Amino acid sequence: MSVTSSATGIGASVRRKEDLRFITGRGQYTDDVVRPGETRAAFVRSPHAHAKIKSIDAGAAKKMPGVVAVLTGAELANDKIGSLICGWMIHSKDGSPMKMSAHPAIAAGKVNHVGDAVAVVIAETKGQARDAADKVKVEYEPLPAVADPAKAQAKGAPQIHEVAPNNTIYQWHLGDQKATEAAFAAAKHVTKLDIVNNRLVANAIEPRAALAEYDSGTDQLTLWNTSQNPHVARLVISAFVGITPEHKLRVIAPDVGGGFGSKIFIYPEEVVCLWAARKVGRPVKWTAERSESFLTDAHGRDHVTHAELALDAEGKILALRAKTIANLGAYMSTFSSSVPTYLYGTLLSGQYDIPSIYCEVDAVYTNTVPVDAYRGAGRPEATFVVERLVEVAAREMGIEPTELRKRNFIKSFPHQTPVIMNYDAGDYNASLKKALELADVKGFGKRKRDAARHGKLRGLGYSTYIEACGIAPSQAVGSLGAGVGLWESAEVRVNPTGSVEVLTGTHAHGQGHETTFAQLVSERLGIPFENVSIVHGDTDKVQFGMGTYGSRSGAVGMSAVVKALDKIEAKAKKVAAFMMEAAEGDIVFKDGKFTVAGTDKSAAWSDVSLNAYIAHKFTGAELEPGLKETSFYDPTNFTFPAGCHICEVEVDTETGNTEIVNWTAVDDFGTVINPMIVEGQVHGGIAQGIGQALLEGAIYDKDAQLVTGSFMDYSMPRAHNLPSFKIGLTETKSPSNPLGIKGCGEAGAIAAPPAVINAITDAIGTEQLAMPATANAVWSALQRVNAASHAG
Amino acid sequence: MPAVSMTVNGKAVSGNIEERTLLVQFLREHLRLTGTHVGCDTSQCGACVVHVDGKSVKSCTLLALSLEGAQVTTIEGLAEPNGPLHPMQEAFRQNHGLQCGYCTPGMIMSAIDIVRRKGNDLDEHTIREELDGNICRCTGYHNIVKSIAAGAKAMAKDGAPRQAAE
Repeated sequence: MSVTSSATGIGASVRRKEDLRFITGRGQYTDDVVRPGETRAAFVRSPHAHAKIKSIDAGAAKKMPGVVAVLTGAELANDKIGSLICGWMIHSKDGSPMKMSAHPAIAAGKVNHVGDAVAVVIAETKGQARDAADKVKVEYEPLPAVADPAKAQAKGAPQIHEVAPNNTIYQWHLGDQKATEAAFAAAKHVTKLDIVNNRLVANAIEPRAALAEYDSGTDQLTLWNTSQNPHVARLVISAFVGITPEHKLRVIAPDVGGGFGSKIFIYPEEVVCLWAARKVGRPVKWTAERSESFLTDAHGRDHVTHAELALDAEGKILALRAKTIANLGAYMSTFSSSVPTYLYGTLLSGQYDIPSIYCEVDAVYTNTVPVDAYRGAGRPEATFVVERLVEVAAREMGIEPTELRKRNFIKSFPHQTPVIMNYDAGDYNASLKKALELADVKGFGKRKRDAARHGKLRGLGYSTYIEACGIAPSQAVGSLGAGVGLWESAEVRVNPTGSVEVLTGTHAHGQGHETTFAQLVSERLGIPFENVSIVHGDTDKVQFGMGTYGSRSGAVGMSAVVKALDKIEAKAKKVAAFMMEAAEGDIVFKDGKFTVAGTDKSAAWSDVSLNAYIAHKFTGAELEPGLKETSFYDPTNFTFPAGCHICEVEVDTETGNTEIVNWTAVDDFGTVINPMIVEGQVHGGIAQGIGQALLEGAIYDKDAQLVTGSFMDYSMPRAHNLPSFKIGLTETKSPSNPLGIKGCGEAGAIAAPPAVINAITDAIGTEQLAMPATANAVWSALQRVNAASHAG
Repeated sequence: MPAVSMTVNGKAVSGNIEERTLLVQFLREHLRLTGTHVGCDTSQCGACVVHVDGKSVKSCTLLALSLEGAQVTTIEGLAEPNGPLHPMQEAFRQNHGLQCGYCTPGMIMSAIDIVRRKGNDLDEHTIREELDGNICRCTGYHNIVKSIAAGAKAMAKDGAPRQAAE
């Protein structure tokens, strides 16, 4: 941990301001908000994965007690409510644009996944709405359904959207195919792997919710929503879906109980609540049941990849190639197209100096829930490919795994990879070295022998990951197809009494911005931490911002604050100069005090702030009154957190159960504002990565029914599934933002899965092991190993 | 609609409710005590944990009508609004045992019950096993375990493990 200049400044593990309301049950989450006259919405959802809607009879439902309205897709279309969209254009190899289908908020002619909404009931109470929803008679004509993307592309597969022949959305590629082929031809060793990156459900513990209210007197719509990005929601819902003009829509994201990406996207439910609220003239609230979340929240991952690594005789990597099928589900969700392309292929160089890379990705429609970004978004998929290839190559070639990595680490910066990303700064040897010490890898051999005496197999797995976050430079992502810029905004308001409000376009859903942003401001202005408030999440209060995801709030959001603080300092100095009758250039600002250089004249922060607003010491022609500044900050590059995670497991050969006995993480996040919060982010990310590797997986059967539809069947990591974590930090500051922050929110989820699988495969002696490596999967793999060794 | 009366956080309350009303709905919607949360529909996540007659229960799995005369403590009942925090609450704050805060009320209520049953000197293994009924998606549990161990010790200093607010 770095030395702090104060107990509440940058680098201090300050206890969080937001905790008080959460630990006393006084948080205000969307479902906690109650509006006068509020009604409740219950959706009627398709039990079929693929079907024509023949008819909807709401007669009986409308007569049920408490029912205010029953609305269908036909009425939505009649009211000219538009389609939900995917906002990132991807082109195929042949130059054609991605095949984006319509995505009405309530299905009209056809349903395309189990859970697709066909009607909504608005009633006085939740129970009444559900009772009436059960009475809506929908006649379906079931169609053949397909859940597997490879099958979806095959001849004779059911066609889901007319716009996409063979259910293929795009066929994208990145890199130099010819150079890569040549490198493979010349390689001494080629490692090949078939990898499934298992489909996951984010399952933030707070279910999604939306509460919409219409004021007919002002023609104003208000939406409370569990959103990671209220301004983006406002823009999409107004400009693209066409509910109402942008300036007539207010979106409020109050306390949000976790997101992990799943609350970025604009979903049908909030659109329907807004439309219905205006139609029935009363507020409409919807909160997901958990099993409903499983059928409507965007899922994550779901890649099938064939990957190959080409090396020379010394284990120097010559090339990497990967062919991936990405399952995007029944509709293209808001950012879905970007995840298996520019957030995935561009990280296939890993920490290594790889001369040639070629990546092909087919994105496919299936009759499953739409798939979009989930913690890591594309980078876990890339890291799993790279770190498994490298570990397996090391084993095949008889080179110690850290040695093989060291031979290939990038050592000079900036480093231009063959896949767009230009890594600005890093020291991968430093994190590896520190991790090896912290993990006591030297002692592993003895621990392995001791364990073997008790019939347990110990294994060690490495993951030296890198990722690209601090999303993102607007021009760069624009050139890659993004429909939006990914800058961030901040407004710093100094009050006359000297306290400060910072209005940020980011929106925390657990990351502690009310604390970390205040630390930054407090240190910069030399004012008490308690005198700084952070405001976020309300489009009426905060100017446009892009929200929180992609580990961007520190790198991009705080940079905007810094730029605004620069302007504040400059103006405050002007005010101080007038107050002290000095030249502006002679004013020094330090530790909350303004002094005239070379004199003992000084002015306190709160005197200067008061003077800025009283405006007696200067004329309007000399200086505008007030002390409030804005910045929109566009980063100059992605940031590149990187590090080394080492997983040590013990496998029980009788049960196949894997216990993680040690977890070591050494990460380089550049500048760290609050080490306690950063470590918490790493813990949470690792837990999700271990969940993916050992426990989780959303499974569809051959009829595209979601078999893992609740917490009964989808295994969520519990405390006893996880170890405590040893966390270390190294630091190479990011050169592409003023604070040198790289960001830390997703790194754990990116690094962890290959570390786990590398460790288990090391323990059991076979590479044929897919995620999740449940006890059953590991036990079965062990049986195969034993059978093979007996046969051989 | 049938009537029910009980004591919640030391106050006598009553209501006329549908038979199928769950305790968590009674608390959240009828009493406007929204600190107790709903996170799942299969009684697994633990965001709804409260204390009934001194023991932790999942309020999503109890019918409110079955609690005639019961003493219920929710997260809001652990401390006076501007008074000192319960040592377990303070421990969660000191040890960064929460991020988004949504599972936290249930975690804290469960944690207090773990101390009641297992004492003030809790090791990591015990805490992890005992948290089987509480799911957190944000923290990875590392700091929750630290918080509960610290809170348990702090509750010993306070005297007997505290139950309902007065």
